[in-house]
Amino acid sequence: MAEDISPRKTVSVVIDGTPVRVPEGTTIMEAAEQIGISIPRLCYHPSLSIAGACRVCIVEVEGMDHYLASCHMPVWEGMRVRTNSPEIRQARRDIVELLLDNHPQDCQICERDGNCELQNLAYAMGVRERLFAGQRKRPQVDSSGHSVVRNPEKCVLCGRCVRVCAEIQGVHNLSQHGRGFTTVVAPAHYAKMDESVCIQCGQCVMVCPTAAFLEKSSTEIVWQALADPEKHVVVQTAPSIRAAIGEGFGMPPGTPATGKMITALRLLGFDAVFDTDLGADLTIVEEAHEFLIRLENGGPLPLITSCSPGWINFLEKFYPELIPHASTCKSPMSMLSTLAKTYYAERKGIDPKKIFMVAVMPCVAKKFEAARPEHRMPDGNPYTDAVLTTRELIWMIKCYGIDWARLPDGQFDPPLGLASGAGDIFGTTGGVMEATLRAATRLATGKGVDRIEFLEVRGVEGVREAYVALGERAIHVAVANGLTNAKIILDKIATGQERYHIVEIMACPGGCVGGGGQPYPPPGVPVLDKELLRQRAKALYTIDSQKTLRKSYENPAILELYENFLGVPGSPKAHELLHTSYRPRLPRGIR
Amino acid sequence: MNSPTRPLTSTDNWPEVEAACRRILGERICQLIDEVRKDPRPESHLITVLHQVQAEFGYLGASHLDAVAQLMQIPAAKVSGVATFYHYFRLQPRGKFLVNICFGTACYVKGADRVAEKFMSELGVQLGETSKDGMFTVEACRCLGMCALAPVITVGEDVWAQVTADRVPSIIEEYIRRAKAT
Amino acid sequence: MKPEVRKRFEELQAKAEAALAEARAPYRIRIQVGSATCENAAGATVVYEEFRKHIAASGRSDIGLHRTGCTGRCSREPIVTVFMPDSLPVKYQFVTRDLVHKIFTSHVLGGQPLLEHVLDGPVIHLPRYELLCCQSPRCCQLQEEVWGTDPEALLQSMGLGPETVRVYSSSCLGACAPPEVGKIAHILVRPDKVLYRVRSREELREVLQEHLLNGRPVERLAVPGKTVGRKFLELYGDVAFFNRQTRVALRHNGVLDPTSIEEYFHYRGFEALATVLERDNPSWVIDQITRSRLRGRGGAGYPTGKKWAFAAASPDPTRYIICNADEGDPGAFMDRSMLESDPFNVIEGMIIGAFAIRASRGFVYVRAEYPLAVERVQNAIAACRQWGLLGKDILGSGFSFDIEVRLGAGAFVCGEETALIHSIEGERGQPRPRPPYPTERGLWGKPTVINNVETFANVPAIINYGPEWFARLGSEESGGTKVFALAGKVCHTGLVEVPMGTPLREIVVGIGGGPPGGKRIKAVQTGGPAGGCIPESMLDLPVDFGTLTKAGSIMGSGGMIVMDETDCMVDIAKYFMEFTCDESCGKCTPCREGTKRMLEILDRITTGSGTLEDLDKLERLGKLVRKSSLCGLGRAAPNPVLSTLTHFREEYVRHVTEKRCPAKKCKALVTYVIDPEKCVGCTVCARNCPVSCISGTRRQPHVIDQARCIKCGRCFEVCRFDAVIRD
Repeated sequence: MAEDISPRKTVSVVIDGTPVRVPEGTTIMEAAEQIGISIPRLCYHPSLSIAGACRVCIVEVEGMDHYLASCHMPVWEGMRVRTNSPEIRQARRDIVELLLDNHPQDCQICERDGNCELQNLAYAMGVRERLFAGQRKRPQVDSSGHSVVRNPEKCVLCGRCVRVCAEIQGVHNLSQHGRGFTTVVAPAHYAKMDESVCIQCGQCVMVCPTAAFLEKSSTEIVWQALADPEKHVVVQTAPSIRAAIGEGFGMPPGTPATGKMITALRLLGFDAVFDTDLGADLTIVEEAHEFLIRLENGGPLPLITSCSPGWINFLEKFYPELIPHASTCKSPMSMLSTLAKTYYAERKGIDPKKIFMVAVMPCVAKKFEAARPEHRMPDGNPYTDAVLTTRELIWMIKCYGIDWARLPDGQFDPPLGLASGAGDIFGTTGGVMEATLRAATRLATGKGVDRIEFLEVRGVEGVREAYVALGERAIHVAVANGLTNAKIILDKIATGQERYHIVEIMACPGGCVGGGGQPYPPPGVPVLDKELLRQRAKALYTIDSQKTLRKSYENPAILELYENFLGVPGSPKAHELLHTSYRPRLPRGIR
Repeated sequence: MNSPTRPLTSTDNWPEVEAACRRILGERICQLIDEVRKDPRPESHLITVLHQVQAEFGYLGASHLDAVAQLMQIPAAKVSGVATFYHYFRLQPRGKFLVNICFGTACYVKGADRVAEKFMSELGVQLGETSKDGMFTVEACRCLGMCALAPVITVGEDVWAQVTADRVPSIIEEYIRRAKAT
Repeated sequence: MKPEVRKRFEELQAKAEAALAEARAPYRIRIQVGSATCENAAGATVVYEEFRKHIAASGRSDIGLHRTGCTGRCSREPIVTVFMPDSLPVKYQFVTRDLVHKIFTSHVLGGQPLLEHVLDGPVIHLPRYELLCCQSPRCCQLQEEVWGTDPEALLQSMGLGPETVRVYSSSCLGACAPPEVGKIAHILVRPDKVLYRVRSREELREVLQEHLLNGRPVERLAVPGKTVGRKFLELYGDVAFFNRQTRVALRHNGVLDPTSIEEYFHYRGFEALATVLERDNPSWVIDQITRSRLRGRGGAGYPTGKKWAFAAASPDPTRYIICNADEGDPGAFMDRSMLESDPFNVIEGMIIGAFAIRASRGFVYVRAEYPLAVERVQNAIAACRQWGLLGKDILGSGFSFDIEVRLGAGAFVCGEETALIHSIEGERGQPRPRPPYPTERGLWGKPTVINNVETFANVPAIINYGPEWFARLGSEESGGTKVFALAGKVCHTGLVEVPMGTPLREIVVGIGGGPPGGKRIKAVQTGGPAGGCIPESMLDLPVDFGTLTKAGSIMGSGGMIVMDETDCMVDIAKYFMEFTCDESCGKCTPCREGTKRMLEILDRITTGSGTLEDLDKLERLGKLVRKSSLCGLGRAAPNPVLSTLTHFREEYVRHVTEKRCPAKKCKALVTYVIDPEKCVGCTVCARNCPVSCISGTRRQPHVIDQARCIKCGRCFEVCRFDAVIRD
């Protein structure tokens, strides 16, 4: 796109006595930021449309008989704004108090205690008394789902969840219901989350300022398993955990913390600490193989990656006719869990029933994936027994009293602990594609190629397309993150408008680094912040670039696995253990 | 909606979903939906369609709303959000006769509350509920715009003016009689 | 200029006249029956049917039966008008099936009007003539001088008794021209439709003598030519247009048959549209509307011309126009009345607006609770399409435009324009922040003009009679008239249209007749739930957008509820707060949460558990909601509370400190006791008590068990000996 080089008109305004010149169309909130004033806010989110609903960001403007919401009101020439008169402070305090008056008074026992935006606002606004308390809404909690718990009693109706679900994810599962004082955010007909078109991505949990949306907690069953001497408790950690977990302990975003994380898991009592990245390497080998077969046999193409469980839920509910396109490979987590209870159990001589498999994931949809009947052992027990989000693991480490700063670096355990750099970058958008391309070029040509980095598929844009040389052929690839972006690609596939060979789809913005289970950002930094996601992704690319082992098919642990257990890629045993199937699910989503 | 340019795959459940929705809504509503879908902004006809569905079935059930969502290709959450926003839409089935008691200013001043109380005690229901025999649903509504005739109630299509609590039993009688007659 | 438009219009007009002439030719006598929703509710359908049978049975072919819309005289419905040749039309009130028979036999067949059933009667005489004397402050200062202090005496001295003439004061006849201001008095003689300008008592005497006694109109003094007033006169002279009201928006209500496009043509229908399309200049239209000083009648009073000009200036060529008929104020029903009684007028106004902003598509957003209005508008749209007045190339002008009806579904907030847009788009009717304003980005992101029904209803009249005439009708601040729905404690409830700037007292006392039973007016509530209460002491306030806002209320859509000393101001505030709380869309915090807390406080006050701190909290919350809500409705929601707190604080304080309701309205603060001195032991109260808490034997004083009393007030109402005391 050509850059607009025509200078934008500017206007002069005075904010709290300080003159500032800003481009026309700038909002009061943005203009105030220019002079270092951050106006309090709640429903506002830079990645979402403007609601103007909470009224926390109101300011006084000379000549107006009412307060203006600074999040949407553009400045005009000569505008004089006061962000902090006594009246406006009282009004803001009263507004926050009104929210508190209709909110449970259970901060001390609330999951969000300490990182709740409403709590922070109440403190910052100086709400010290409760003048208007009265009747409170008491809607029912829905904790029946596998991934997401909806607790409308804690909802402040900022509407960020409704907007993220519709605008970023294109799912439109949430809407306000009813009106006025009794308004409730819920799926259609107040349905349970798992019976709605929810794809369990957990972005509502991320953007919620309070605890109205939370992941279904699995910490208690993990504590139980850890305390059970009969159980052999195994843990695996997804690629993106190491890039984000440090934030929970005050490390700057983008600090890799693999070693400390492993040591902490050992201290918690896990008997073996495996790396999901090895599962990722295995996924790559199987998927590249699957791709080449499809390429030979004329389809179905494109092959669409299947590691993001939110995306798989979306596929089954929204684009069932494209199911044949999805790779039948299980996700890295499910592959690794399967191997732990088969390959590892066999080698160690442990009864698989005694293995308790915990997966630490950046994702709340993984909890739903783990519970799928397709991912159960022949005896009906799941391969993955519990899924913890990054947030839950951070909490467990803190709960245990582990001093993060003093932890030495640890190492993953064999035989499922060694991963290539290709597995590491799975945690960011474009990573799976790049890893697949590293493998596919080798498999297609029969020889290793020098090319390791495929910069054309890296980046933070929602949709990226490229042509990549694969032997003699040029293959057309596409990468999408965030499901509204994915729809663009999927519609092109569905209508036959574009012919791709491989498509990578990640449900969450930025891929797993922006997953619904990742740490809440520190106060002042919005969720989905592009810079935050970039930093986390950078950590993964750094880990990759510092490794000598950067291709999945060169991973000795993978080679050993095939040699001793699976046979060859795509073998019947590999199919039995490492592949899965999908089916259309109801309710059908509206695209 | 599916594109006709690609052959259906066996995993496409649209034909079954569509057929089920059409069964639920019946031919008349489906015709209306097919008609409004020709508009470049079909979703803007949602409220019109919901009015028709309510006229047809007496209320908007979850299955009706889901079917409307599918056939109009509007997210179900949005459809149910709209249906619950507007007071005119009812989400529960209602009795044979809907008794609407106007609570506009004039009616209120002239004793609509006593009329409402009488209906509730006579029929053993609260506002918004349907009598056990399925005959009457009693509701309060905002001004019907017939203030000069206050207190006003409507029973079905009929308007009753200057209703007093004393007249309530005879009004109820009247409709029971009519129901028996048909 | 497009002369071919005029030609096409004249063809249509001729076609309509021909059809009308054919339909009316056989009828010497005409009977008109009202047929708006409230008329039908009052029994008009039965009355119509009964007349039809009577006419059929009489075998007469010269009696025509017509439907018409609503005259606005709601408290007297059903209303029937009988037009006999060469007589003043006679309107009957409270017509029932039985009365139809009497009217038909005595008046229609026998020529003897039923004096005891005449509207606002009974009367002793139906005079041969009516004189309407213009009382507008501009042109008729001479009226008093001409008539002297005792008009009755003057008439009697000339031998003009009540059987010959009745004299009325009327509102502005609109006949004055600037040089004549203050120099003449206009007097209209009905049914002859002669308008005189009289300069002295001698000239008045001449008119009375020659015209009324000798039956010879005085050509010399009659207003020559086609002044605006005269045009009005020719068209609407048969109705109460020139009584104390000034009917512009309602000019056809109760005059024409709302289902007949031909009749609308007859009353200069679509002439304004033809004028506009013939001139083919949108900015001329906007200029006319701007000069008329027409302001939006939906409530906020935004200048209509300015709004249209904004939309017209937009760079986006796709534009929409919306008629807001989502009349949700409890107590206001003028929009319904206009749509039911004169739908073509509203549509014509919309087409003109669409032309001015170059919109190609229009919407009438109307409440689903108004089925008859919906039906009439839909019929009118269909008729317009058939006659080439909607659709492609209207009247051969090259301008294309069409209208769709969209139904609301019971949400007060949808009267707010951005919420209304969301509703048309098929969304939850929640407002969004402005800017951008709809004129810039409205329906589907396109420039959109939204005007209220009444605003559009004024447009054709402005084009036909000129912006200066319209501007002159009103006040300095705003042109034209405003329709009010008068309700509550007044004798004559119904629709009232008066010039902007008319004093409140003239409306509620002069036209409304004040409270029945000689009670004192306590306050007037204007503007519905978004408005406020204006105390009796301020009744001389001229009604206008600005003056009402200054008084802590608003014009709103024109609801006007009169309250007397038996009305409790806290109770009224609570009633409106309940309404807004229930109708709050739930989007923004102050309105959603704040109105609920205000309601809780009001509830405490009216049930005797309020404190003085509660009053401060109420005020603090009220100001918060007013200053920080998202939309105009939220910001206006506290008005009923804040205005009563300002003007009637004492009443609040007494609820709190004395735990008493001075108006004896708040149930929880009222007790009923039986005065043993007055009680004769008739047992009526005991038999009527719904909870049987009154005991006593026959002929012995009765007693109310206070513990069980639910304070329904039934005993108080039924006692014929004033023995039940409410305290």
